[in-house]
Amino acid sequence: MGSIATESQFHVLAVDDSLIERKLIERLLKTSSYQVTTVDSGSKALEFLGFHEDDQNYPNQPSVSPNNRQEMEVDLIITDYCMPGMTGYDLLKKIKESSSLRNIPVVIMSSENVRTRIRRCLEEGAEEFFLKPVQLSDVNRLRPHMMKAKYKDHQEPPKQQVEEKSEVEMSIQSQQEEDELPHEQHQQQPQAQGSSNNKRKALEEGLSPDRKRPRYSGLTVV
Amino acid sequence: MEGVAQLRRQLVDYLTSLFQEGFLDNQFTQLQQLQDESNPDFVVEVVNLFFEDSERLLNELTKALDQPSVDFKKVDSHVHQLKGSSSSIGAQRVQNVCIAFRNYCEEHNIEGCLNCLQQVKQEYSLVKNKLETLFKLEQQLLAAGGSVP
Repeated sequence: MGSIATESQFHVLAVDDSLIERKLIERLLKTSSYQVTTVDSGSKALEFLGFHEDDQNYPNQPSVSPNNRQEMEVDLIITDYCMPGMTGYDLLKKIKESSSLRNIPVVIMSSENVRTRIRRCLEEGAEEFFLKPVQLSDVNRLRPHMMKAKYKDHQEPPKQQVEEKSEVEMSIQSQQEEDELPHEQHQQQPQAQGSSNNKRKALEEGLSPDRKRPRYSGLTVV
Repeated sequence: MEGVAQLRRQLVDYLTSLFQEGFLDNQFTQLQQLQDESNPDFVVEVVNLFFEDSERLLNELTKALDQPSVDFKKVDSHVHQLKGSSSSIGAQRVQNVCIAFRNYCEEHNIEGCLNCLQQVKQEYSLVKNKLETLFKLEQQLLAAGGSVP
């Protein structure tokens, strides 16, 4: 068939301090045919990734192959935001500051729909920000990020990335006022269970009506 | 002895009522959809984790609110966890009480918190019973040779 994706299995590292969440995200990821490793803290994640503090100081060491410190290659990291000790944001920062790890796409999950939080994470380099509980439709959005990271040396960046970026810039600008989204949105639990989850639509104003979720990929070009 | 068709209908009706009465929301359906032949006990496993986790948190909350000087940050942290896990399995009514509960924590309103604690214990107890009944009905259906819808 010629599809690269079917031959190699992507490996996702999931970080969450809650056992239930880890079980859920693991099942979601495995359903999507990803290999999954779960850890319960940011520090364990860094350990698994073979993170070393001095990666930041010596970014170009030709003698050190990027994978020799990792036991297994990780294609994407998905992490909870609210964790004791190291938050998901702290973890994101460390990864982006590391020369060996910064190219791994990172996705943040949070149960709280806070605009400043979302913006902070995206500005720091997160590819996506998922509202919890994470659904299969969210997990389906991961593959393009992993493909892009894996094959970035062999392909030109697709044209649509440029369009997305300006659209995102526009939508961020039009929403400077509020920091916290109105309570209705946050507390709007689906009354009838068929309704699309309004709470998932973070920062929806200003985007086209047929968009179910805002697209935040492509803010940082690595 | 009830026939398979009857058991099946009973199960479907019961599940429907749980959604209609707000005990469960769409997230529970998501869990069911993640269950398949290779993971036939997924829902039960996750729900059992929820039971264990909730009971631990409710105990912690009772203790924390019983202190002479209440640490609201600690209380809020427990409620936040409970809200998260109830949201993850679709236990809507428990989740809703947690939202109110967190507001009282923010206000350092001890009376409000104690009321919410009582409420959340009630809602937890209710949803636990409902889910246990649901699983029992599923077992009956499977034992009679039927398949879970």
